[in-house]
Amino acid sequence: MIIAEQKPLAEIAESVQDVAKVLVVGCGGCVTVCLSGGENEAEVLASALRIKRGIDGIAGEVGQVTVERQCDPEYVAKLDTAVDGIDAVVSLACGVGVQFLAERYSKTVVVPAQNTKFAGGTVEHGVWEERCGLCGECVLAATGGICPIIRCSKSLLNGPCGGSAQGYCEVGKDIPCAWVMIYERLKKLGREASLCEIAAVKDWSKSRDGGPRKIVREDLRL
Amino acid sequence: MIHKGKVVGFVCKFCALLNFDLGPAPEAAIHIEVVELPCAGRIDSRAVLTAFEHGADAVFVMGCPTHECMNINGSRRAEQRLLRVWEILGSVGLNRNRLVFYPVSGTEGPHLSQIARELEERVVQLGPNPLRLRRQGKELQEQ
Repeated sequence: MIIAEQKPLAEIAESVQDVAKVLVVGCGGCVTVCLSGGENEAEVLASALRIKRGIDGIAGEVGQVTVERQCDPEYVAKLDTAVDGIDAVVSLACGVGVQFLAERYSKTVVVPAQNTKFAGGTVEHGVWEERCGLCGECVLAATGGICPIIRCSKSLLNGPCGGSAQGYCEVGKDIPCAWVMIYERLKKLGREASLCEIAAVKDWSKSRDGGPRKIVREDLRL
Repeated sequence: MIHKGKVVGFVCKFCALLNFDLGPAPEAAIHIEVVELPCAGRIDSRAVLTAFEHGADAVFVMGCPTHECMNINGSRRAEQRLLRVWEILGSVGLNRNRLVFYPVSGTEGPHLSQIARELEERVVQLGPNPLRLRRQGKELQEQ
């Protein structure tokens, strides 16, 4: 899922300080699961904004609503009535949701309340880690299910580098060396010999180097 | 003018709530509104912020002392959950000392009176909730 982290409240409040009617929009997708932008967080943020704006003497209203997902036009459309008459929408979705709202409500200010961080998962309650670099051409089959693109600080395909020591990366003492993990995993599978094969140069045009990406499935189009 | 402080308390039903039969010290110049929780660990930041939004001068959460918690980790988690609310209070312009956590056993009736006095002192020191003050000022202006 997409992992996001709420921006500091002062930054969010400042982005809507010159408008009267504000609507905080939560998202029921990834940001609900990572506890940063779902229904609960929308209520907390709206309440905090009401208190701050009240103390600062800013007149107006702050409401809140949550939709199933902000990255699907049919769910965004359900907001039409709620957004009508609103001066600014504060989106608690990832950057995708913010843009979908901005595209639909072109005459309304739409501001993000989150910093979208990475594609990852929950490793324990309250702890999330990055797991996928969204590179567009998955190499996990060759690396024992451990992604060298995102878990190796240098995204090396023929690692490890000289900065690996005692199983950890030189970038941080709490970052395990992806290539040590890959070796140990392949060894358990009895496939460590596959590491003798040199991985070919990766085609990064399938990642961000190729510009904004798009997938079209003709079989699914209406 | 004597200010009667408005305080909202979220109280664990297993421990601290038992003491409320005795009530706070009668001379304490605060009005305490008690919200019963099945466990202090159930505290919800939305409820705490709503209390402040409705004009509470102070909010407290009462859980069992950590080693006596009926749910083992409830009290510890309650304090952890409040970290975020303290952070929010600082950001919105409310003194974070307006929110306080008390570990109180079920057999500490006199302690409750002491806490009520401490809350009273706290409210006097911090003054009324600025949000309520502003609203009251606005109402007076409109009259």
